[in-house]
Amino acid sequence: METSDVTATCAVAAFPGLAARLIRDEPESLDAYLAAAGYENRQPAAGGLLDAIERSGLRGRGGAAFPFAAKARAVRKAARDRGLAPVAVANGEEGEPASAKDRWLLRHRPHLVLDGLRLAAAVTGAGQAYVYLSDPAAARAVTAARDEARAAGRLELPVEITVVDPAYVAGEETAAVRAINGGPAKPADKPPRPFQAGVHNRPTLVSNVETLANLPFVHRHGADAYRREGTHASPGTFLATVSGGGRPPVLYELPHGLPFRELLTLHQVPEETVSGVLMGGYFAGLLNRRALGMSLDHESTRAVGTGLGCGALAVLSDTDCPVAVAASVMAYFARENAGQCGSCFNGTAAMSAVLDALRDGDADDDDLARLSRWSRVLRGRGACGTLDGAVNLAASLLAQFPDSVARHRERGCDLCAISPFRTARPFEVEAVILA
Amino acid sequence: MNDGSEDAMKIRLDRTICDGFGTCAAHAPRHFSLDDWGYASLAAPGADIAAEDEDAVNRAILDCPVHAITVLARELTR
Repeated sequence: METSDVTATCAVAAFPGLAARLIRDEPESLDAYLAAAGYENRQPAAGGLLDAIERSGLRGRGGAAFPFAAKARAVRKAARDRGLAPVAVANGEEGEPASAKDRWLLRHRPHLVLDGLRLAAAVTGAGQAYVYLSDPAAARAVTAARDEARAAGRLELPVEITVVDPAYVAGEETAAVRAINGGPAKPADKPPRPFQAGVHNRPTLVSNVETLANLPFVHRHGADAYRREGTHASPGTFLATVSGGGRPPVLYELPHGLPFRELLTLHQVPEETVSGVLMGGYFAGLLNRRALGMSLDHESTRAVGTGLGCGALAVLSDTDCPVAVAASVMAYFARENAGQCGSCFNGTAAMSAVLDALRDGDADDDDLARLSRWSRVLRGRGACGTLDGAVNLAASLLAQFPDSVARHRERGCDLCAISPFRTARPFEVEAVILA
Repeated sequence: MNDGSEDAMKIRLDRTICDGFGTCAAHAPRHFSLDDWGYASLAAPGADIAAEDEDAVNRAILDCPVHAITVLARELTR
């Protein structure tokens, strides 16, 4: 593959040769979006579009990769069963420090997101919609776009913008619902899930803004065209926030199924310097050099025991100690969890203490045994996914990097002796990609 | 066990409310598991409560000092 030097100058790029669906060079005006057939067909046929979305195989881009059509149908059914009009929420609250795609989309393509939200409302029957976010620049962009589209008669759907303080846990879908309902932007335990009872107790579709940004393409071009990129089970393109590896972070639009090795070439990271990857932002855990054999789709990442999550990939160099990276990420979880569920605020603090001790060469057999046990028994014990992310991190460190763990216990770590990896928000990308 | 009939009792535990008193697990250990710090999770979230366990589970509900356990509304069990 030809090496591109685009990454040397640009923090945002589509994969070479890809007809980009999401990324464009300049922020998109209403005129530009209309010229590209945006906001077309003001009353889309609900059944027809939802069937097309189902055939497209569109999966959620917020992290869980849940099929969009199944979620929309669940909302419709709950609305029918309960006799209530549903609500649609565009979730742009990207609490994940290693990801910048949602804020980038809202800042640069607010009309694409609003058009997607309009279509999501149409297929679910929602008469009220919200955009939920924290980034001030994104809020300004999407508010201006909404007002402009409405004034031009292109957006009849009532759309409110809900702005909260940024927080890791604020992006979870029940946190969005609670905040819109006037509560704190913190997750709630389930049930009920938002599709059952969400905003104003109504069945609520909460969709990530990148997910919504895929709907206009399906609406305009159909399911077959949508599937021209990607794999059977992971159709379409996706936004990947790539950081680490000794390179400045870049936001890419990539076809699902791209071999990870090709991304490394594009990102100008020499394969031999890669020791692993922190997957799915902070959520999906660490992967060792087996990562070199994976493709960037849900099937392939699942097969190596991890996940694409929100599409954020942090490359560990051979100068990054995985133990120290894990300790920094776990400390983040211990600090930034919602402080609600006892298993989470105790479990993340306890695992963080062990990982700090391990990094500093002070962990004993009992500490490691406890960490190993917590990495199994704490799964699923929180109201949201934060504790599961912490568990993924601990379990994957122990399983994927046993030599690094042993080195820290036996004779000390050469890497940590030279340049200890210690940072409050590992692989944070905002300063570069959203500059 | 109940066979998933409409009448089966189901419960929810709000772990954002649980303060780790452990009363639930003392009354109905088959339905509540405690972590190392004493905080509860349901042993089988969403499962029907067997008729013979309903008394113990009801004791757990009534004795929870922070009211973290509730009987699940019928519309949320489908």
